[in-house]
Amino acid sequence: MTPIKTILAGAALALGLTSAAFAEGKVKAGYIFVGPVGDFGWTYQHDQGRKAVEAEFGDKVETTFVESVPEGADAERVMTQMALGGADIIFATSFGYMDSVLKVAKKFPKVKFEHATGYKRADNVSTYSARFYQGRAVIGTIAGRMTKTNKIGYIASFPIPEVIRGINSAYIHAKKVNPDVEFKIVWVYTWFDPAKEADAATALIEQGVDVIMQHTDSPAAMTIAEEKGIMAFGQASDMSKFGPNAQLTSIIDNWGPYYIARVGAVMDGSWSSTDTWDGIKEGMVKFAPYSDKVPADVRAEAEALKKAIADGSYHPFTGPLNKQDGSPWLKEGEVADDGTLAGMNFYVEGIEGDIPQ
Amino acid sequence: MDLSAISPVLLIASLMVSATPILLAAIGELVVEKSGVLNLGVEGMMITGAISGFAIAVETQNPLLGLVAAALAGAILSFIFGFLTQVLLSNQVATGLALTLFGLGFSSLIGKSYSGVKPPASARLDIPLLSDIPILGPVLFRHDLMVYVSVAIVAGVWIMLKFTRAGLVLRAVGENHDAAHALGYKVVRIRLLAIMFGGACAGLGGAYLSLIRVPQWTEGMTAGAGWIALALVVFASWKPWRVLLGAYLFGGVTVLQLNLQAAGLAIPVEYLSMSPYLITIIVLVIMSSDRNRTALNAPASLGRTFHASH
Repeated sequence: MTPIKTILAGAALALGLTSAAFAEGKVKAGYIFVGPVGDFGWTYQHDQGRKAVEAEFGDKVETTFVESVPEGADAERVMTQMALGGADIIFATSFGYMDSVLKVAKKFPKVKFEHATGYKRADNVSTYSARFYQGRAVIGTIAGRMTKTNKIGYIASFPIPEVIRGINSAYIHAKKVNPDVEFKIVWVYTWFDPAKEADAATALIEQGVDVIMQHTDSPAAMTIAEEKGIMAFGQASDMSKFGPNAQLTSIIDNWGPYYIARVGAVMDGSWSSTDTWDGIKEGMVKFAPYSDKVPADVRAEAEALKKAIADGSYHPFTGPLNKQDGSPWLKEGEVADDGTLAGMNFYVEGIEGDIPQ
Repeated sequence: MDLSAISPVLLIASLMVSATPILLAAIGELVVEKSGVLNLGVEGMMITGAISGFAIAVETQNPLLGLVAAALAGAILSFIFGFLTQVLLSNQVATGLALTLFGLGFSSLIGKSYSGVKPPASARLDIPLLSDIPILGPVLFRHDLMVYVSVAIVAGVWIMLKFTRAGLVLRAVGENHDAAHALGYKVVRIRLLAIMFGGACAGLGGAYLSLIRVPQWTEGMTAGAGWIALALVVFASWKPWRVLLGAYLFGGVTVLQLNLQAAGLAIPVEYLSMSPYLITIIVLVIMSSDRNRTALNAPASLGRTFHASH
């Protein structure tokens, strides 16, 4: 049972940190994760980033983490314990930790907090995220080209701007290369539940979907896609070993450089509250190698899109675009501003179904 | 919205798959509770079965051996519980919870090296001729072996409890352990056997998840299925066929809500997501509203410690 597991983990961590708190000159970085570090998706990539920090700074840094922390009161407790235990900087790596981060940050003004994918900041709270929608534009293009049934399945987690943005971006670009394309979206209301993710993939495949995208953390859907012989895109991490034939490519979250920069900033005292939103250009969004199934012309198209996004000559949300209800959103050539993107709560025209509110 | 996209045949077939892990765990727990023991460690035993079965299946490249190993691992783990509660007379609730915590931690420990490994494929039992019958074929005769095994176990438990002397003794122990003891039945031994049967079933349920339904190993992959199995036993008022009904109902609603979403039905997703749990709660409320009936169904000695003082 996760809550109790984390209570124990939290208690053990508090003990461990207090005893080590007097170690000299070391910067202590704490990480709280929403899933297990062995999820081979979202949390796994954050943990890779944590390891990159250790590799970069060696003895000068000490990192700790608590995994499978539910979003809510538990997160607050775990972060409080980390702060009491002498952490200098705490990375909270899930959207749902947002209010907990701000509460704890208020109590510990000297501790720096970094909240992933959120939008609320304070003097000691930074936010950071990757422009995953850029990656979604690329895989949307590939999906539109590769689908034969013209039905693309999308396993979505929670109706937050981050996820909605991904759906819109993928849809716009799939539609652009394949006007007949149709998206089937399933909300599973979890970040990590392999059985449920697998069931969702099965339901989608039974309804004729031949390409699956996911915005959940485990490779379960990839495994099902492999078994049923359809195509899929990995999420957050390279999932090709779960679907050697199924995976076309994968968006990879590359947190390492950011984590190194931020921990480094704490060390030299230059840390300040910032809002970072990096994408393909900065290398925060990367891709797994294409599978052999992706033909050369599709690869070339995807590469060209990546390049255009990276050098800024193309923005994935460029008008003319209408909202789902047909009302105009962006005029011809107009580009979405970051504020709208960060709070996106509507589907673009053409997507069927409602966003759960 | 396109409801015609949902094929009832495929839906029923996949609800059976979806329900099998909780069905296995619940029918095992039913036997345990019928003997008067409350083992809250189902989740721990399931996840231990999931990783043990997975590890053995990967090492031997034989999924059947994996399932056997999972049943063994579940039984061994439950024996710890049995020893603590039946011999050392520890508190059943606390011990059961401890078993869940232990199982979760233990499974992640041995599972470390199995993350990202592909298990050998389990053969689907395509029964010739029968599987070609329209509608009935895909629904009933195209599953993997374990779906049939789980139904067979339910039938077996039903026959055992209802028609055999062993079942009568088991129920006697669960209803009144002092009287059963006075009659000369070995209460502790019978309960230990029941506990181990429950453990084996939970282990199988877990392995079904890691070897067939998902098939992969990820930490914490049972994600609460054990607790649902526990609720299911109460839901079924300790009757085997109702466990099957409850499990299929739960699996059915779970699968149906995903399918309805994929088909674009305009019911808010939140209601669909909570519907399996909501139905469970409603049934529990209806059942508990009649106190006499509930009392009649629950084993009278459930959760009580037995100590033979003479």
